[in-house]
Order: sequence, then structure tokens, then C-alpha cells
Amino acid sequence: MDSALIPVGVKRCSFPKFMLLLGAAGAVLAWGVFAMLLIWIKGLNQTNMNDYYGFAIWIWADLAVIAIGGGAFFSGFLKYIVGKDELKNIINYAVLLGFICYSSALLILAIDIGQPLRGWFIFWHANVHSMLTEVAFCLTCYFIVLTIEYLPLVLENRKLDKIPFFHNLTHNMHETMAVFAATGAFLSFFHQGSLGGVAGVLFGRPFAFREGVLIWPWTFFLFTWSAAAFGPCFTILATKILEKVTGKTLVKFNVIDLLARISGWMMLTYMIAKIADTAYWAFVLAPSKGFDVGFFYTNNEFYGWWILILELVICGIVPALILVTKKGRASKTALTTAVVLAVIGVCLNRWVMVLQVMAVPVMSFDTWATYCPSWQEVATTILPVAYAVILIAISYRYLPIFPQEAELNPIAPEEALADEQESTEETADVAGAEPAAQT
Amino acid sequence: MKDFHEKKYGMVIDLDKCTGCGSCMVACMSENNVPFKEDETKKRLSITWMKVYKFTNGKSFPETEVCYLPRPCMHCEGHGGHSPCVSVCPATATDYSTETGIVSQIYTRCFGCRYCMGACPYHARYFNWWDPVWPKGMEKQLSPNVSPRMRGIVEKCSFCYHRLQLAKEKAYSEGRREVRENEYQTSCTQGCPAGAITFGDLINPKHEVYKLKKDQNAFRLLERLGTNPKVYYISSREWVRRAGDNYLAHEKTGKKQNH
Repeated sequence: MDSALIPVGVKRCSFPKFMLLLGAAGAVLAWGVFAMLLIWIKGLNQTNMNDYYGFAIWIWADLAVIAIGGGAFFSGFLKYIVGKDELKNIINYAVLLGFICYSSALLILAIDIGQPLRGWFIFWHANVHSMLTEVAFCLTCYFIVLTIEYLPLVLENRKLDKIPFFHNLTHNMHETMAVFAATGAFLSFFHQGSLGGVAGVLFGRPFAFREGVLIWPWTFFLFTWSAAAFGPCFTILATKILEKVTGKTLVKFNVIDLLARISGWMMLTYMIAKIADTAYWAFVLAPSKGFDVGFFYTNNEFYGWWILILELVICGIVPALILVTKKGRASKTALTTAVVLAVIGVCLNRWVMVLQVMAVPVMSFDTWATYCPSWQEVATTILPVAYAVILIAISYRYLPIFPQEAELNPIAPEEALADEQESTEETADVAGAEPAAQT
Repeated sequence: MKDFHEKKYGMVIDLDKCTGCGSCMVACMSENNVPFKEDETKKRLSITWMKVYKFTNGKSFPETEVCYLPRPCMHCEGHGGHSPCVSVCPATATDYSTETGIVSQIYTRCFGCRYCMGACPYHARYFNWWDPVWPKGMEKQLSPNVSPRMRGIVEKCSFCYHRLQLAKEKAYSEGRREVRENEYQTSCTQGCPAGAITFGDLINPKHEVYKLKKDQNAFRLLERLGTNPKVYYISSREWVRRAGDNYLAHEKTGKKQNH
């Protein structure tokens, strides 16, 4: 039914099967949209947030998707700036994931603010001292960059590519993509960092507060570093999931291996910095404010030492060590385990830097704050996942996301011939209909 | 307004006098049109610009002692006006006045990101989770000097700033450039039956608070964090002063740091 839109040389599932998948994801999306409308119409009283928990699951989701979406800027940086050309085989998917992550983050922010119609005040009445201002500006700019990076991919659709203007536009955009990749890396450095700064500058919150250099707390650099380190793991994980769903190998092992190796070394160096930061905070900074580090992990129902060990060791050092070893990367099970742990690890770090910060009492006579999200919060947090499934499904079906797919999954000769004939006819049609445009 | 000398308005609350009656809370809500709901059982959803905390010395009967601690906004100065909340607000919806030392909240500019609430260690900032609704007829008692706040924005204690504006107008109309100490008093100060709250200019030697803040038993909440608050407390009980900040087990209760 939609075969004319499917890229040449690859095979896709039947249209009804595809629509079934879209329908299932669409139902979840509709649930999320319903919750979103409830929140916009009735207000944030639809959530379980309170005056102690003003930042909750949405801010965590925001920070988490931006961290795992970091694979886009870092892969772009490695390919276009460092010159790791093999990554061209996964960069499209990394850009798509980044586009999804950042558009989701912006949507979540629009849901999260009490007065959405005043959202533009952050640009108009900008306070240059606020980390959130920096986040808003860089996030918006980088989303525009990601849109520019995603656009040529959309225009490479088999039908759209037949239109000479789009074809030439795509070609020219590819030529200048290094400029956008560099811009994206620059912007990402700041907004990933300023998201870390959001918690790090809170000098009234000893659990979050960190010293730093100039106006930037150490969390600024740790967030950028961790996004660059852990983001590519999400790109690999998402690739693995798509390969599982489609039953095909989409990217050659050497590409995954390269990305995993770089990610592993980034993670290992990040973990050294993170452990040093944690140790300084635990033994010097927090005690200087009158807090024994044990206080942050005891006397409450949820936040125990386990969360620190899980973040730093099980989901930090362990995946890093797996990914820096050749043997670890070569083993399918070990590689998958490492990327799963890494994604959990970075999401957990963002959880700690948002939700645990809010939970810890600061006044000696105050109590720990507890919070459990309402169904509306859960639905709106799952909404981006359904949106991601839909956009990935559509993009994978109709766009040449994986350049190595055709080579790795050759289709039967008769199918290839039919495909080629169809493609030739289309070219002839276009040539006949628009002779002037072809010249 | 430039004719006014720089002020640092603040409070000194004598915890030995506070009985925990809650009059300050009632006076504050009434004066500032603070909204309430039919169901106020979830206290972390209640808006209480002035909130009275209750805590004990942790000892069992008969050695149990109780302290009631009224907590308004601390109007922190931080370092150079960078109070915890002011420095983080992305839309400049809250500001530190170097003329009065008061941390303001611009309701029409706040877009409800709640970053300031996360930044405040005293939990002095409150979000309007609902639109304010007063029982029929009760809207007639609303103060015309304070604008009610809408759903989706943050509000907090303003040290009854509208009273300062009224006092300034009166002073100007009488040809004066200075507001007298008794002309500008917050509603909680006037509402306290025990006289536990004293309000005035912390840097004016003629004001009562100037002397009281120098009391040997005076302290501020969470001084070690560097928030530099403008609300002082006095208590003759060492365990109460110790509860005002966080200390490691081996540390002695600290001395106050004056402005």
C-alpha cells in the first residue's frame, strides 16, 4: 500500500502490521495527551507535587531524556569534528533520538510550568544569573539545530527526494552539516552543564550544592561529561532494541564497537571525576555545613546507601569497565548489560539530583519529604515514550536511517528487481511531469 | 524614593515568649488575602506565609520541652543580594531590594516554574495549586491593598510591603522623608499577643530590633549555609539555639553572625 514510500533495497513489514503498532502506541499517546489536557485545563493540582516537592518526576524526566539524548551531540561531535567517519552509519539514528528527546523535554517543560501562557517570560524577562535561563536558551537553540539536522533525513524519503528542490537542498545541507554539528556540540556543552548547575547552585540545599569554578558548580561539568559518556549508550541500546523488533542487523559491529569504546572511556574518566566530587562533598563540603553524609542516606523510608552504590558502582564503574575492554564489547550479553546499566545509571543520577534533593530536610526540626506521582504525571511522562515509538517507527519505515541496512539485509533478487523497476518508473514519471525542473 | 536612607528591615522573634497560639498566622492570612481551601488536611499544600513549627528537645517526660518557632520569609540577603531564591528565578519575578532589604515577588511575572521553592531551605515559598476561592460573602473582607494571586504562581511573605508603601505615602504627605519605626509594622508583629515578634530596621540604632539582634542568645536559622537571613530568633535554651542550624555531633552550638 505504501511501498512507493519505502526506501529502495530494504524490506518492511506489511502495512496493516505497521498500523497495528502505530495504533497501540497511539492509544498510549492519547492517554498521555488526555492527562496533559487535564493538567493544562485544571492546573497542577492534578499532580501529587506539593510545596516541599515543587520539582518532581517531570524535571527528572526532562533531565533524563536530555542526558540520554546526549548521544546526538556527542556522536555528531565525533563524526564531524573529530573525524570518526564510521559513525556516519549510526549518526542518523542518533540525530533522530536526539530530536525526540529534546522535543519531549520541551513538551514536558510546557506541561510543568504553572502558567504555560507565560512561558515566554523566561526569554523576555531573562535573569542572567539563573541556570534555568541558560537551559531555556540553549535548549531551544539546540532543538532548532536538531531540527535542521533531522530535516535532510526527512527529505531523503524516496518520494520527496524526487523533487529536485528538496534533493538539492538535502545535498547542500549535508555539505554544511559540520557547522551545525559544531554548533550543536557548543550549545549542548552549555545546556547539559546548566542542567547540572540547576541543582549545583542551590546553596540552600547542602545535598545538591557544589563549589566550582567562576559561576559554574562542579555539577555543571559533570552533567556535560556524563551526557557525552552515557548518551551514546542509549543510542546503542535503542539500536539494539530496533534490531530486536525488526529482526535485522542494522549497523555493523565495528561501528557499535567504536561508539561503545569511546563511551566506555568517557564513562571511566567521568566516574573518576564523579567519585572525587562525591568524596569531597561527603568529607569536606557537607560537614562544613553541619551535615554528616550518613544523614542523607538514613532515617527515611526510601533513600538509603543503596542508591549511591547503585549509581556509582553497579551502574557506573561496572558498565565502564565492560565497555573499555575488547572482550566486554565483543560479548553480546556483556555489551547489552553494560549499555542497559549505563542508561539506568545516568537516569538515576538525574533522579538523585532532583528528587532526593527535594526529599532531604534542611532545617533540623523539619522532616523528610515523600512523593509519589499521580496517574496524570505518570501518563504525561510515558507520553514521550509513545511519541518516540511512533516517530521511530515512521522514520525507520520511510527514511533511510541506517545506510548499512540494505547491505546487511539483502532482499530476494525478484523483490530487488521489482523495487528497481518501480523506482525507475517513478523517476521517469517525475522526469515527464517536470522536465524543466530536471534541467 | 531615593531620599530614603538604605534600610534592612527584619525581625527578631523571642522564642521564649512564643506560645504557639498561631495568631501571627491568622493575622498574616487575613492581612495578605492568603487563600485557603475547604480541606486543609494536607499541610504541604496549604499556603502559610507565616508558619509556626513545633519541635521538642527529644527527651521523654518529665524532661520534655517544647519550642514553637514562627517562620516567615527570611528575606535572605545572601552575598550581595544573591539570596537563594532571587538568584535562581529565570524570569526575574523575585527581586532583592537594596533599599529595603525586602525580597519581593512579582506575581504577574512569575510563570510557576517553582525553582525558587526548591532553592529555599526554609520552605517559605508557596505555590498556588488552585485558584483562590473565598466562601460567599467572605470576599468582602479582602484587603484592597494586596492583590490576590492566581493559580499557577508562587507567593510568599512580603513583610507586609503594602504597609511600607502606605507609611511612605503618609510620611511624604507630612513632608517627611523617613518612616518612623511604629509607622511600619507587619501584621504578624501586631497580631502576636505575647509580644514575641519585633520588627524594624536592623541597621538603624534607634530601632528595637537593632538592639535585640545583639542579644547573646540571638541566632538565625541555617546561618552556616550562607543565606544571610534577616529574621533573628532569641532563646535562652541552648537546645533551641542548636536546633536553629545543623551541627556535627562533636561541634559546639555556633555563635550568631550579625549583619
